[in-house]
Amino acid sequence: MTFITKPKVAHPSLPRNALGFTRRDYEGALSTLCAGCGHDSITAAIVEACWGLSLEPQNLVKLSGIGCSSKTTAYFVSGGHGFNSVHGRMPSIATGANAANRRLSYIGVSGDGDTLSIGLGQFCHAIRRNLDMLYIIENNGVYGLTKGQFSASADVGSKAKKGETNLQPPIDPVLLALDLGATFVARSFSGDKRQLVPLIEAGLRHRGFALIDVLSPCVTFNDHEGSTKSYAYTREHYEPAVLADFVPREREITADYGAGEASEVTLHDGSRIVLRKLDADYDPADRQAAAAKVQERMSSGEYLTGLIYLDASGERPEFHQVNRTPEIALNSLPYEALTPGAKALEKILARYR
Amino acid sequence: MTTRRVNDFTIKIATVNGTGSASANTLLMKSIFRSGVPVMGKNFFPSNIQGLPTWYEIRVSRDGHVARSGRVDLMVALNPETYARDVKEVASGGFLVYDSTWPRPALLSRSDITVLGVPLAQMCNERFSGVRTRILMKNICYAGVLAALLSLDLERIRGLLGETYAKKPQLVESNMQAIQLGYEYARQHFECPLPLSVEPMDRTAGHIMIDGNTAAALGCVYAGATVAAWYPITPSTSLMDAFKSFCDRLRVDPETGLRRFAFIQAEDELAAIGMVLGASWNGARSFTATSGPGISLMNEFLGLAYYAEVPAVVFDIQRVGPSTGMPTRTQQGDLMACAYASHGDTRHVCLYPANPEECFYMAREAFDLAERLQTPVMVLSDLDIGMNDWMCPDLKWDDAYRPDRGKVLGLEEIRKLEKFHRYLDKDGDGIPWRTLPGVHPKAAYFTRGSGHTQFGAYTEDSADYQVVLDRLLRKWDTAKERVPRPIIDGAGSELGIVSLGSSDSAIRESLAVLRGRGVAIDYLRVRAFPFGAEVERFLAAHRLSFVVEQNRDAQLRSLLTLETAVEKAKLRSLLHYSGLPVSSSFIVEGVLAEIASSAAHPQDIAHA
Repeated sequence: MTFITKPKVAHPSLPRNALGFTRRDYEGALSTLCAGCGHDSITAAIVEACWGLSLEPQNLVKLSGIGCSSKTTAYFVSGGHGFNSVHGRMPSIATGANAANRRLSYIGVSGDGDTLSIGLGQFCHAIRRNLDMLYIIENNGVYGLTKGQFSASADVGSKAKKGETNLQPPIDPVLLALDLGATFVARSFSGDKRQLVPLIEAGLRHRGFALIDVLSPCVTFNDHEGSTKSYAYTREHYEPAVLADFVPREREITADYGAGEASEVTLHDGSRIVLRKLDADYDPADRQAAAAKVQERMSSGEYLTGLIYLDASGERPEFHQVNRTPEIALNSLPYEALTPGAKALEKILARYR
Repeated sequence: MTTRRVNDFTIKIATVNGTGSASANTLLMKSIFRSGVPVMGKNFFPSNIQGLPTWYEIRVSRDGHVARSGRVDLMVALNPETYARDVKEVASGGFLVYDSTWPRPALLSRSDITVLGVPLAQMCNERFSGVRTRILMKNICYAGVLAALLSLDLERIRGLLGETYAKKPQLVESNMQAIQLGYEYARQHFECPLPLSVEPMDRTAGHIMIDGNTAAALGCVYAGATVAAWYPITPSTSLMDAFKSFCDRLRVDPETGLRRFAFIQAEDELAAIGMVLGASWNGARSFTATSGPGISLMNEFLGLAYYAEVPAVVFDIQRVGPSTGMPTRTQQGDLMACAYASHGDTRHVCLYPANPEECFYMAREAFDLAERLQTPVMVLSDLDIGMNDWMCPDLKWDDAYRPDRGKVLGLEEIRKLEKFHRYLDKDGDGIPWRTLPGVHPKAAYFTRGSGHTQFGAYTEDSADYQVVLDRLLRKWDTAKERVPRPIIDGAGSELGIVSLGSSDSAIRESLAVLRGRGVAIDYLRVRAFPFGAEVERFLAAHRLSFVVEQNRDAQLRSLLTLETAVEKAKLRSLLHYSGLPVSSSFIVEGVLAEIASSAAHPQDIAHA
């Protein structure tokens, strides 16, 4: 498949955001994924979220590894730089890029193979560093580009297209992220745009590492009967626990929430997340309870979704706070601020005489 | 009996690591250096923290030779475990100092050397208390013995201790006591000084004693590197430690405590190089330091950087391979691995510093080349350069220097563009223009390791793919003109020596010896890969070239035969791969043996 450019025509009546851009301005190249692929819905949700946030396209940096999911960074926000790196190593590229310029928004798109097998180490360490980025896993439980092998997120008992049954337990990215101290942990479904778009908006605005594990069925290799990552199975078994509405700083909260139903969390940039708990006992601010609940639902074959855990307190320092870098991007420091100069060298050399 | 050898001899000190002998050795070496006498120190240490044999070699050379001499004139044998081999190593007519607290007459009997017993442990046990203190002081005590034997200036030693322990003055006194103990004992029991002795000269002015890792780190600071990412590995770790310590002193805002650099200890070498690529791609000068095993791990990313044209600077402080090998021994064993790192058609720019001074300048050059050529640049130092203190001319800095950031389009230039094409060869030098994230949406492009067209788009089209691959070759030709040129010594001889990196010091000394014996021989030191026209000409102009390198498989010779027109038969290898730095005598003997055998069988050279 060669590169396909979408014609840049937009109907004059398309709605525009604060920057005067339409949704078309946040699109990318035409997707080359299979028709009906869950990943394309996630791409559409990312476009919607970036438009909704009125993000300057050039301020979004898109990073990915290798696999079907990783191709998608070409399919949104063509005005932002993209880096399609090597298999499982996107977090290290993101870390270096973020170190060089902390003033941009970083979105990483990965898959279950890219994250949970070959890239498990880098994924864990990006969380440990609390790298300021949104990390989306497009999770379909299967290797698509190599035609149907189980991935590390495949559930026990799930059937492959060719009939084989998976007997190895899955690695769950949500439980892993909770365990490693991630400050924003969410799960969603590619087929639920209403849930997914505000999560992406909030994840992009969250300071620190934000994970959204998105169940995203593979129509070609994992959408059959017996698969636990098919559209039909996911629709039946996903259970929203906490819905999140994202409200930018400049906007009023207009939705009418019932008394006691909603709670508000303010992010570092002044924007807010309104959390609506569907289960009155659930507390998305309690890491251990969140993990317990995810596990409990998982044991009965259900996926708990929504904003599962959020710590917007800023108490856990993100990467640059640990490193004590200035607010200014390192890549914009003038050379004069970096070199000690010839005079200083003489002083330095005195120690070596 | 030994003839008088002033300022021209080698001392070797055999101890156990983790016992503080390193500070005694540094003290000795620095006090000789400060007497104005050229000196070299080489540490042969185990891959261990405490309790295994370690040796330190100090060569005093009035002529300024900094390679290993290949002989030991004075052995300080303090490790009973290695007595047997240490005694054997002393040159005939030489001296051996040992701890006579436990007399070992049988083991130490050699009629052609002078054995000097000093009851170091006994003296220190009587004077000091505490097990640890006694062990440490025993090692300082032998420095006092040597000071007397070699006629080193005690006041100079006191001054050096004062500098070392500026914050702990009480340590100056206890150390001086131990020195005095050894000094007095030697003066009372032996004829001091020995025929081997140090007399002040004025040959170290304008010089420093520095190791290559420190010098390289300083070069990175001066080059304006801001993002450093690495995974600890011997012998490269001290480069990163030095970078951080320089930055902590020079790049921290005194008021806010904010740091004008990012220092990231990665989870492994794969992540380290990934971080370097991410940062360089995003417009920061970024580097990593590693050794052979790390280079193996970085291969995949190096291929991506080559093909997607992302700058990166990688210091490879080579150690003994294959595999884990001998982590604390030196080798030039990564030449091939670096030159062609990663699968597919890849070739990488490599720089080969010969000493710490060159590490400093080549660090700067590596960043300029990496950003100019938009490709990884590997600086191949080794353990000998990186971790040993070398005497070097003062490092100089020109304040007029400004980094060459290469072809990066700025906002104004982007605004004027109709469309930006990432991989188009607009200037005919094979180097395309790049843009940085966050500047302008028109300049955005998609960086990928998959097949791409010159416009930056994904492709599986043969012709489009080849256009980019062929353009990368044009860039390689441009690299040939920009990399550091070789250093050539002599012309017109039939014989030549070709080498690189840390072998240089031994070769320079052997050239003096060979020429002194009437052998006409020229020398070319390769300083970079790709090789340029001068390397080609030198090889063509010499009937036979000795290729001196520190590995088993003649990797430089392979590179020369692959990348130049030279006939294989015109290159004769002299290979040293014991893990210890090559000595001048090894080279002299190798060249002379070849000359002798070709004189006996002249046709061998012509038809070999």
